[in-house]
Amino acid sequence: MNSILFIVFLPLLAAIVAGLGNRMLGSTIAKLLTTGALFASCALSWPIFLSFVAGDAAASVTPVMTWVQSGSLSFNWELRVDTLTAVMLVVITTVSALVHLYSWGYMDEDPDQPRFFAYLSLFTFAMLMLVTANNLVQMFFGWEGVGLASYLLIGFWYRKPSANAAAIKAFVVNRVGDLGFMLGIFGTWLVFDTVSIPEILAAAPSMAGSTITFLGSRWDTMTILCCLLFIGAMGKSAQLGLHTWLPDAMEGPTPVSALIHAATMVTAGVFMVCRLSPMFETSPVAQAFVTFVGAATCFFAATVGTTQWDIKRVIAYSTCSQLGYMFFAAGVGAYNAAMFHLFTHAFFKALLFLGAGSVIHAMHHEQDMRFYGGLRKHIPLTFWAMTAGTLAITGVGIYWLHAGFAGFHSKDAILEAAFASGSEHGQFAFWVGVVAALMTSFYSWRLVFLTFFGKPRWNQSEHIQHAVHDANGHDDLGHGHGHDDGTAGYHPHESPVSMLIPLVVLSIGAVFAGFVFSPAFLESEHFWNGAVFYDEHLMHAMHGVPLWVKLSATVVMLLGLFTAWYAYIRNPGFPAKFVEQFGALHRFVFNKWYFDELYNFLFVRPAFWIGRVLWNQGDGGIIDRFGPNGAAWVVVQGSRAAQKLQTGYLYSYALVMLLGLVGALTWVLA
Amino acid sequence: MDSFPILSLMLAVPLLGALGCLFVSAPAARTIALVTTLAEFALGIVLWANYDIGGAQWQFTERLPLFAGFKYALGIDGIALMLIVLTVFLMPICIGASWKSIDKRVGEYMAAFLLMEALMIGVFTAQDLFLFYIMFEAGLIPMYLIIGVWGGADRIYASYKFFLYTLLGSVLMLIAMMWMANDAGTTDIPTLMAYDFAPQAQKWLWLAFFASFAVKMPMWPVHTWLPDAHVQAPTAGSVILAGVLLKMGGYGFIRFSLPMFPEASAQFAWLVFTLSMIAVVYTSLVALVQHDMKKLIAYSSVAHMGIVTVGLFTFNAQGLEGAMIVMLSHGLVAAALFLGVGVIYDRLHTREIDRYGGLATNMPYYALFLMLFTMASVGLPGTSGFVGEFLSLAGIYKVSSLVTAVSATGIILGAAYMLYLYRRVVFGVQKHADTAAMPDLDLREWLMMAPIAAAVLWMGIYPESFLSPMRADIAALNARLARARPDGDAHFKLAAPKPAAAAEHDAHEDTH
Repeated sequence: MNSILFIVFLPLLAAIVAGLGNRMLGSTIAKLLTTGALFASCALSWPIFLSFVAGDAAASVTPVMTWVQSGSLSFNWELRVDTLTAVMLVVITTVSALVHLYSWGYMDEDPDQPRFFAYLSLFTFAMLMLVTANNLVQMFFGWEGVGLASYLLIGFWYRKPSANAAAIKAFVVNRVGDLGFMLGIFGTWLVFDTVSIPEILAAAPSMAGSTITFLGSRWDTMTILCCLLFIGAMGKSAQLGLHTWLPDAMEGPTPVSALIHAATMVTAGVFMVCRLSPMFETSPVAQAFVTFVGAATCFFAATVGTTQWDIKRVIAYSTCSQLGYMFFAAGVGAYNAAMFHLFTHAFFKALLFLGAGSVIHAMHHEQDMRFYGGLRKHIPLTFWAMTAGTLAITGVGIYWLHAGFAGFHSKDAILEAAFASGSEHGQFAFWVGVVAALMTSFYSWRLVFLTFFGKPRWNQSEHIQHAVHDANGHDDLGHGHGHDDGTAGYHPHESPVSMLIPLVVLSIGAVFAGFVFSPAFLESEHFWNGAVFYDEHLMHAMHGVPLWVKLSATVVMLLGLFTAWYAYIRNPGFPAKFVEQFGALHRFVFNKWYFDELYNFLFVRPAFWIGRVLWNQGDGGIIDRFGPNGAAWVVVQGSRAAQKLQTGYLYSYALVMLLGLVGALTWVLA
Repeated sequence: MDSFPILSLMLAVPLLGALGCLFVSAPAARTIALVTTLAEFALGIVLWANYDIGGAQWQFTERLPLFAGFKYALGIDGIALMLIVLTVFLMPICIGASWKSIDKRVGEYMAAFLLMEALMIGVFTAQDLFLFYIMFEAGLIPMYLIIGVWGGADRIYASYKFFLYTLLGSVLMLIAMMWMANDAGTTDIPTLMAYDFAPQAQKWLWLAFFASFAVKMPMWPVHTWLPDAHVQAPTAGSVILAGVLLKMGGYGFIRFSLPMFPEASAQFAWLVFTLSMIAVVYTSLVALVQHDMKKLIAYSSVAHMGIVTVGLFTFNAQGLEGAMIVMLSHGLVAAALFLGVGVIYDRLHTREIDRYGGLATNMPYYALFLMLFTMASVGLPGTSGFVGEFLSLAGIYKVSSLVTAVSATGIILGAAYMLYLYRRVVFGVQKHADTAAMPDLDLREWLMMAPIAAAVLWMGIYPESFLSPMRADIAALNARLARARPDGDAHFKLAAPKPAAAAEHDAHEDTH
């Protein structure tokens, strides 16, 4: 029996049983079942990945079932495993298994645990269907499936209005992208007469230069197809314009943010572009589009990340920004570098989120970094894990030794590839990437310094006050004010072991994943074996870039670290002064460039307004008024008139008859 | 099996049941109705099992000449089969939905439902033009009574509006049918489907039929009867209205307008596209601002039917098959959503969305079912809604990317209004004590919801069961339509002719 079937369908099975069993089954059984299924999937996935790394595995397709046959349009349920899938398999199953385990501790007090674990497993299933897709429609199935799971998990705490709003926003904004994806699939089918990915990729080069009409204007076929498909990727991967849902998605429980909104689902767009890389290679315009959007997102999200106070939002914008890196890497043709960053990012970003979850857990659900401080000594393991994650995301490493934390290998490769690509958009992306790397370093260290260093500022937090208040009881009210050390008498505790194990495992990944797998991802065409478009020439050119290019990321990393250290440790009054000086700029960035306000003004409110107008004026005022109600009015008036004629007087009837007779005679004779 | 008149039996069983219901007490009427509909469902399964896929186009045919050329002629193809199966599947569920909520004139109510079942099966099996007409129009009467007698406060206005709209179109259709019978010299539907009317005549005939089917669909702007009818109808009335009656318009297009008047259909395709595009966007936006659950779902039905009508007029297999699957899927999903409204209406006696909230806490299984049907309604892959929508839109794309893009905005707006509804009803805090005290689904409600849920997933994951009986009929229709098929607007051109690939692609380009 093929192990891929177990990898994919075990989580589904667990989700169904845990979800339907729900309260009847009880939390422990549901948790054991789902977590067990995920660890089994994970255990089966690593051998597949390692055999691809070793270079002795070949791509395979496992048929499952017929899906749709309609004329020349046919697609089936199939599971494809090649290098690209194998990379995603280990990322998904590993992070998912660890997040399941972590949730034992994190969600311990929640009454709805079976539902939570069922959703997590359902998500994993959908994500696995996405990455094993052998045709575009199954990819779309996974795509929408993860969207559903994301919706359910963001809104998991369904009593919170903000969580519900965020859930709907995530689903609807994603659907905007999905519209592009769907049109892309239709267009691809129209042109290639198939939706099978290998067949499309094989035929793509022969389509270069062909033209097609779309919405009344003439386009280069591959450009329009790639752009439409990429709009789908922009939605799922929260790229500029369709990114607004991701920060709000932090309303979901933190393990969800780690799994879905950092490590796996949001990278689906990058995966899609890499999977379809031979298509994108046929259209320089589409590639430039991908590069610009990626670079712009990378910059935009980094700027916003430097100003946020909510620990999860900082990491969310960081995710958005890192996805931008992956996209512009793909845009310049370094798909393997994009996938490598996806791979390393999954480990260190999941680590950062789970670390943040551990902090939040310790701080009694307080998420505002202004009320943290000095946590280093209280939750040391979390501190070290977060530090490992930060070292990885900021790309700490030593160039001459070719050794560093995970992000060092992958981010440097992306910047080098952008520079080496030689194209104008590549140069643009390189410079934007360097500036964003500076900001990445700044906001990442800012987070660490605000959280773990300095003096405790916990007493200003309402959550902490509640916690202390509850613990001390009512008669002890005056006591809390006695602490002038900023702790308010609160004692943060390190998280339980179920939460610490994932932190440790992911820390190992954040430290070593780059170093260990860099040769395979970046230098081995054999490893990829045609699963993505491998640009031998570009990979070669990367090694030839000037030394300053190679060192640029490290330099800006140190610069960002220094700035953060100066602003938050050395001279803590500095940020306030800066904000005072550049008030307008800060407001603009702090309010996320006013995207939400703009969209609300442009789309949300008009939709409701137009809806009301169409309902009241359109249906009520015009159609019903002149339609059925108008007809009724005519009938009523007509019968009133007829009633008046029927007077009952013989002479008036005689008169009418006479007039009629005269009229008839006139007509006949005339 | 061929010699056994199973179709006549399927017409007779509910008629006998209806007759029985009139003369017994309320509990007995309920039992008779349930047994009758279940027996009918069993017959439907037998019919499906014995339907020979790939066999003759018309199966289980029965012919009995009556008078003046008027025949009692029955027979089905795969398309009719699927709609019959949908009908007999939903009927027992309707009886279940009325089990407790109807306590006045139960015998008459059940009789009306059984009569309607017979008439709907009659519509889908009739092979004679006038037999079809009688069934088609008579189907109005029980529905009119169900709304007018067992409906809500404003039932008289709603039933009158329903009747006025639907009758108006039918008169024109009757005139057209008389002309056709005269011109072709036959009232046999299969013969007429292959008969070539003069293009000039086709235009008028098509418009006359369109007047009737557009109202039945309903298409914008003749849709306003539907929200009122749904709001006033009892739950089961809404279920059958959304589930089956709305499908008669689509069935009419696929059985009459398209095969009998191919040229006119091509000529008027853009009229249909325009009205459908308006319907999708217009009614979706209207659905967004509704306060009444049933009205919201009614408006969403109009939007879904817009996808059906565009799919039907694409003149290709994907569009036609997609339209059929949307019809079947909508029959299940809209029916289930109305049942869902009925379940909580029975508990609280209001359809006002704001009176609910937080049902996930006290009705978790209800929340689960409603989530599934909501997702099916917005066309999530893996549910029936996706397969139909995807195929229809793919078919439309071959004709016009513009129509596809506009119609596909329905997937965004649909998600918005359905999730907004779900959020207000199921999520949130429990604002009202009476809402919070509502119990979860009981066994009867489970038995109504679970089969539909299973069917929705079945159709989403393995639609082949539903596509295969219709495949040959769609192909035949598609072949008939080939001569009038309009060109697509894509005009795909390869860059430079390359020997092998180019020849192959030129060939397939021609088919676009």
